[in-house]
Amino acid sequence: MSRWVKWMSVAAAMLFCTQAVAQSRYPGVGRTATAAEITAWDIDVRADFKGLPPGSGSVSRGEAVWEAKCTSCHGSFGESNAFFPPIIGGTRAEDIVRGRVEALARPGEQRSTMMKLSQISTLWDYINRAMPFNAPKTLTTDEVYALTAYILNQGDVVPANFVLTERNIAEVQKRLPNRNGLSRDHGLWETRGRPDVQAFACMANCGPEPRIVSQLPDHARGSHGDLAAQNRLIGPVRGVSLTQGATAAAVVAAAPVARDPARDLAEKSGCLACHGAKQRVVGPSLAEIAAKYKADGGAEAKLVAKVKSGGQGVWGNVPMPPSSLQEQDLRTVVRWILNTH
Amino acid sequence: MTRIGNIPMGRVVPAVENRRGFLRKSISLAGGAAMALGGATAARAQGDPAILELPAHSKGLGKGVATSAYGLPSEHEKNLQRRESPGLTRVPQSSVAFTPLQGLFGIITPSGVHFERHHQGWWDIDPRQHRLMMMGMVREPRVYTMDDLMRLPAVSRIHFIECGANTGMEWGNVAVPTVQYTHGMLSCCEFTGVPLSKLLEDCGADVKKGRYVLAEGADGSGLTRTIGMERALDDVMVAWAMNGEMLRPENGYPLRLVVPGVQGVSWVKWLRRLEVGDQPWNTREETLHYIDLLPDGRHRQYTSVQECKSVITTPSGGQVLLNKGYYNVTGLAWSGRDRIRRVDVSFDGGRNWSQARLENPVLPKALTRFNIDWVWDGRPAILQSRAVDATGYVQPKIGQLRAVRGTRSIYHNNAIQSWLVAANGEVSNVQVG
Repeated sequence: MSRWVKWMSVAAAMLFCTQAVAQSRYPGVGRTATAAEITAWDIDVRADFKGLPPGSGSVSRGEAVWEAKCTSCHGSFGESNAFFPPIIGGTRAEDIVRGRVEALARPGEQRSTMMKLSQISTLWDYINRAMPFNAPKTLTTDEVYALTAYILNQGDVVPANFVLTERNIAEVQKRLPNRNGLSRDHGLWETRGRPDVQAFACMANCGPEPRIVSQLPDHARGSHGDLAAQNRLIGPVRGVSLTQGATAAAVVAAAPVARDPARDLAEKSGCLACHGAKQRVVGPSLAEIAAKYKADGGAEAKLVAKVKSGGQGVWGNVPMPPSSLQEQDLRTVVRWILNTH
Repeated sequence: MTRIGNIPMGRVVPAVENRRGFLRKSISLAGGAAMALGGATAARAQGDPAILELPAHSKGLGKGVATSAYGLPSEHEKNLQRRESPGLTRVPQSSVAFTPLQGLFGIITPSGVHFERHHQGWWDIDPRQHRLMMMGMVREPRVYTMDDLMRLPAVSRIHFIECGANTGMEWGNVAVPTVQYTHGMLSCCEFTGVPLSKLLEDCGADVKKGRYVLAEGADGSGLTRTIGMERALDDVMVAWAMNGEMLRPENGYPLRLVVPGVQGVSWVKWLRRLEVGDQPWNTREETLHYIDLLPDGRHRQYTSVQECKSVITTPSGGQVLLNKGYYNVTGLAWSGRDRIRRVDVSFDGGRNWSQARLENPVLPKALTRFNIDWVWDGRPAILQSRAVDATGYVQPKIGQLRAVRGTRSIYHNNAIQSWLVAANGEVSNVQVG
């Protein structure tokens, strides 16, 4: 900013201050923002590119920044699904011509950023304000241009030798695969907007006899942990116990249950959060483990070692963390699993 | 110092009964199971041991004041907590923790279990360093400290906040077991703050040409959402308090936007900046996310209003009824357009409906509690609730929503919820057609 502009903004600010004191309904509350303060915070970039700072970045520069700062979450080519939905994938050359991504109309398709992106300004603004995830607002303006160029290249919107600048960004907008993919034609913006779904409040003998068309499959019963532990201990209902089954009678008979110290140990050390008695939760059920090692004479020692060190790959890819239980307690828990399931 | 026995007066100490009781119990356990069982049977014949044997709290001295300087719920209430839905997200800083609606009463959500949704982690910001800037199409861009804002004429109002993606997992089929996960991105609190209209007036906003306001957070995501000027001048608030205390850090301490009736993402937390402009901004959370996919592959943009919706919270999925007999079936209804006019409940999967009682207060754009009597005869039943708001809009069935929007919209699923009560009393999440 030139010295002249700075001087002008200070003068303007002082003028505003005088006016504000004279006009405000709340004298003594708040003050005029300085030009430097506004510049520091006014980072938004609109679809008409208002707010876009000048700068430039090549695809190759973007690739270098990407490798250094983005691959750990998004993968080398923006295709990774490990932490966030993929950025790249699902668009075709025909989509660029039409401005609508055809795959979005097909059920079952995962939606990548490039498939949904309708405004290039959105991508630039978001990288600039929020990336990298663990160090937002640390990229230079040119790095933001370069990363935007790299992503566009991965999506086959610009060639590998492309250099994105504030002067050609509007041309790139015209090539976005889903630039015509958004609609504001609905009644959900204004409070008085017209609803798109009109229902009628029938009171008696309504419609055909109801039929259950969807419910949770049995194997998903434990997907959200033990529901008994997610409901109050008193009142008209209890949570369904996944370890004890779900009969009303079992709940009503609120007599103290004989405690098994080995089970308590397993519960206290968190084993039962991932292993149900009969249901798979995150890991295999205790019954499955017992069945697998039934004929194995060395099962106890094997499992003690496994629980102690943690493991992965026997039952699936979700890793089991190493246990902090003492050797003797580990044996108690493992014996309990093998003998009572 | 005056003494009675060994105890110095002026400092009352709890009796030793607890230790003695513990010893007695240990002895009786060691004394053999047969004796203990015989004793228990005899006691039960005379009545409830909870009545016949006075408990420690009736015969001892309790804890002193301010033992817990900031009070916490009872030890016995630990089951009611905010929880994540396993597998929904992979990064806790960009995730959701759901409110345990299955265990709450009335319409106010306790601050500690208000649902959480963060886009890039939460912070406990020093309020002395926090600033709000008003700029853009204004006569005078202005900066306010928290000192400034909290001097302004404040209002307190009760409103619900619901994430646009609430019930989003259920568009295609039943996906999660309990009301905490189907509907728990929903809370309702009393918010205190200054109406946004006062701040727009104070900075001389051009409300004719400046038809939109951008709200921006101070967190890493710098979350930004566009608000229409008509709404901004109506009931939007810049709030610092929730349920009589300052906002919790997870809910935007020290300052957040309150946009009644509109999906939660617009209630920008850690609010640092409001810009007046002449067109919407197309920010990430209104161009790439919070857009509703239609069957033809287009996305609806700027869907904001949370339409009329309701759910039965007791009994609900993952619960078991104690036995046959009387139940007060209770739930919540709300509308982003107005107040609730009526709630109907069906016990036969939507064939026949009865009108529920609405609990006071019934406020616009706030949760409304409804209740209805039910005597369970032990046979399977399908429970549903259906809300009607003051505009006359009737909460739709899932099939009616799907007929217009398909099954992949993610956002704005306000369908009637069905809970199946099985003959064994277990309640589960189902969809009926």
